[in-house]
Amino acid sequence: MKVFEGLKFKRGTTAIHRLDPRTKFLVSCMIFTLALLFTELLSILILFIAQLPLLFSARIYREWSLSLKGSLTLVGIILLSNLIVGYISNNFQLSSQLLTYSISMAFRFVVLMSSFSLFFLTTSPDDLSLALEQSHIPYEFCFAFTTAIRFVPVLAIEAQTIMDAQRSRGLELDKGNFLKRIRNYIPILIPLIVGAIRRSLELAEAMESRAFGAKKKRTNLYRLQLKKSDYLTFLISFCILSLALYIRYNIPIPEFQIPL
Amino acid sequence: MIEVENVSFTYPSGVEALKEINVKIKDADFIAIIGENGAGKTTFIKHLNGILKPTQGDIYINGLNTKKASIAELSRDVGLVFQNPDHQLFCETVEDEIAFGLKNFGFNKDAISERVTWALNLLDLTKYGKVSPFMLSGGERKRVALATILAWDPKILVLDEPTIGQDFHQKDKLRQFIVQLNSQGRTVIMVTHDVEFVADCNPKVIVMSNNRIIATGSAREVLTNFDILAKASVLPPQITQLFIKLSDLGLPQNIIDLYEAKQLIIELTKGRLNNEGL
Repeated sequence: MKVFEGLKFKRGTTAIHRLDPRTKFLVSCMIFTLALLFTELLSILILFIAQLPLLFSARIYREWSLSLKGSLTLVGIILLSNLIVGYISNNFQLSSQLLTYSISMAFRFVVLMSSFSLFFLTTSPDDLSLALEQSHIPYEFCFAFTTAIRFVPVLAIEAQTIMDAQRSRGLELDKGNFLKRIRNYIPILIPLIVGAIRRSLELAEAMESRAFGAKKKRTNLYRLQLKKSDYLTFLISFCILSLALYIRYNIPIPEFQIPL
Repeated sequence: MIEVENVSFTYPSGVEALKEINVKIKDADFIAIIGENGAGKTTFIKHLNGILKPTQGDIYINGLNTKKASIAELSRDVGLVFQNPDHQLFCETVEDEIAFGLKNFGFNKDAISERVTWALNLLDLTKYGKVSPFMLSGGERKRVALATILAWDPKILVLDEPTIGQDFHQKDKLRQFIVQLNSQGRTVIMVTHDVEFVADCNPKVIVMSNNRIIATGSAREVLTNFDILAKASVLPPQITQLFIKLSDLGLPQNIIDLYEAKQLIIELTKGRLNNEGL
């Protein structure tokens, strides 16, 4: 459940927290695009290292590392599946090229995850909702989206409690073969889903009783305004992206390989 | 026998939830744990079947260190009933629900069907055996949750807020039931905010406040000690409050349950009736 720590907004006043959510979303998308543009270990590593100062300056290093720890299994699966598929399609030969490739694929996932961690950890659900509304997305959709995000940590806590309750009834989650282990999660998933549906119905009733949707046109107390720092961030992101595209298509990237 | 030796616990998030807890709970003891919200009560009972392991100190359940045993191993002896039954019900019928734990503990088929019938009967749920647990009322679901744990007959029964969502009638039945389980030699530990329920059950009481145990004693000792209760944000039972407010009239201050209050008042009024001829 630690992986969800990386999606939980952490209040703060750093420069990154103060950026407009739209700007932050664009930066996250840029990092995302960059990570997809490159496959070489060197470039992925550079991307990874380039993110660290952002994480540090937003003071979300601890939360980010928690979510990183939580996603280690997934990183392992990516690494292994790349290795296995490559191994089989390569006539059952393990090359250092394949190893390097698999590691960079695993690292690519870490980069992707960090970019979204950076966005969600520093953007409050309220700001996110405002940003969506001001991008002319219907309010009902914005509300559904932000509510979903807001409830992720709640669901994570609930999942932990359910796990504890079922373990107290003798359920051993990591027992048995692969299929059995998947089946072991049924007693966790059913109460979790039933609880989520119940909660959503209750939420709907509570919203109805507070006159949700009574007026077609909603007004907001706050309006998001792009600042100088936002334009500057746009400019820098654009430059980095252009530079990266130029390098990608015109300059060969040195391939260093991890020896077997 | 539960031995808790100098146990402290800090959640991974850095929140300290238990500080230097020392307590010994003997076989067939009946214990109520009371205290303010966030005092560490639920965290403490989650240590008893190994869901949480102490960050400092040790807990021994019948001599077995909880750090060295799995939750499943410990749960065989320590049945923990969670506060919210919706966190554990998932089967199609109440019978399947009760059988789930038994299957996990490796009971054979005959024993399972025998114990399911026994547990259904015990909690007055026989007519719901084939009904989906999701169709039952809150109080009934709570009883199903209790039945699922009692089915494998753990020696130690731990209940988190057993009275929440129960009407007076069900609460009284629950009390009789818990007292009966205890008199049959099971250790019962319950966490509750319901001081009237504690007074009626008359167990030993552990008061927790601010992540520590601040007092232990009989229900009467603890529930009439205002200083201790105030520290733990607990009010004494209403009948105790009434008697304390009337203490100027010479009434005793250590009354905790309705029955003895009634007896006392009958005695007093009898005397008056005779004296003044009312």
